[in-house]
Amino acid sequence: MNLNATLIAQLVVFFILAWVTMKFVWPPIVKALDERAKKIADGLAAADKAKADLSLAEKKVVEELRKARESAGDVRTAAEKQAATVLDEARAEAARIIAQAREAAQGEAGAAAQRAKEALRDQVANLAVAGAERILRREINAQVHADLLANLKQELQ
Amino acid sequence: MATEAPTAGEYIVHHLTHLNSTGHAQKAVVDWSVWNLDTLFFSIFLGVVTLFFLIRAANKATAGVPGRFQAAVEILVEMVADQAKGIVHSAESRKFVAPVALTVFLWIFLMNSMDFLPVDLLPKIWQLMTGDSHAYLRVVPTADLNGTLGMSIGVLLLCLYYNIKIKGMSGWVHELFTAPFGSHPLLYPVNFLMQMIEFLAKTVSHGMRLFGNMYAGELIFMLIALLGGTATVFGFVGHIIAGSIWAVFHILIVALQAFIFMMLTLVYIGQAHESH
Repeated sequence: MNLNATLIAQLVVFFILAWVTMKFVWPPIVKALDERAKKIADGLAAADKAKADLSLAEKKVVEELRKARESAGDVRTAAEKQAATVLDEARAEAARIIAQAREAAQGEAGAAAQRAKEALRDQVANLAVAGAERILRREINAQVHADLLANLKQELQ
Repeated sequence: MATEAPTAGEYIVHHLTHLNSTGHAQKAVVDWSVWNLDTLFFSIFLGVVTLFFLIRAANKATAGVPGRFQAAVEILVEMVADQAKGIVHSAESRKFVAPVALTVFLWIFLMNSMDFLPVDLLPKIWQLMTGDSHAYLRVVPTADLNGTLGMSIGVLLLCLYYNIKIKGMSGWVHELFTAPFGSHPLLYPVNFLMQMIEFLAKTVSHGMRLFGNMYAGELIFMLIALLGGTATVFGFVGHIIAGSIWAVFHILIVALQAFIFMMLTLVYIGQAHESH
């Protein structure tokens, strides 16, 4: 164990190596480590956020589904109501039309009966005239007249 | 001599002698004109290997999914960054201190790991390359006191730099004379002496701890190799058993010493940021 100039040389080498490490080795590695740490932290934060977003979205979906179901129910109720209304209206309309038709038919029937009565009256008049003619042509006979009149009456009914 | 097998003592001494700029073993305990070429080569080579892999990882670093290599480097960086954050309470200082800690950890880890190579492998290759069967080579730069003290003195300089930077020149000088015992003219010399001892002890123990562990580890590998070198059944089996156990145990020491050196680097620099 002798001391010599090697000591000085080793001292210089020591500082040169340390300087090179400080200049070219340490900063890039530490930078990469810090960047990776940040990346991982960001990734974890993003994962947490995504999880929160997901649960929020799920909640929203449930809410939307509930709303949709509700509104569908509303629509159905409204549709049923409307259908009932339309049906009622149609029914009323039909009843009205039927009533109208019946009225019209009755009116027509009445008119026809009237006309028939009128025609009948005309015929009765003619028959009366014809009867009178026949009566006048034959001898007057009370019995016969009575039969005739009765016949006439029968005919008139 | 070249044809005869060396004695155990010669073998150990040969293995513990550096390949230096003089070509023979250093005589004086301190001689500033000598360079340990093997320590320099392996420490610089392993430093470059460290940086090569780190820079490769740094260039490929992305915020996306990391590959295995990138993840491994990132785990190390994260570990060092966490330690630095807990010890050095200045984000501005950490920009340099944390990379220092990372470099020191990986570099020392690799230098210590040279111990795992068979003790005779690289020296033998070196002897064949040079054609000199007595060529010296030591492959573990952290088993050289120059290597470890060089780094611990580097840490000391960083401590002094941050002391002055954080507390200001006057603040630091004031601390040198008033801490740890208090502000009184009679206590100034005592305080100053304590501070000097503290700096010296920190630096020497910092470098010596690593050196001692790796030196002892290397020595035990040599002793185990000597056991195998007896070329007997006992020696062969003993070499395998002892060598395996020590190598496995040494994995712990290699990583632990690198970690301890890194942690102490952070602790000492952290202390420079805190006022007494």
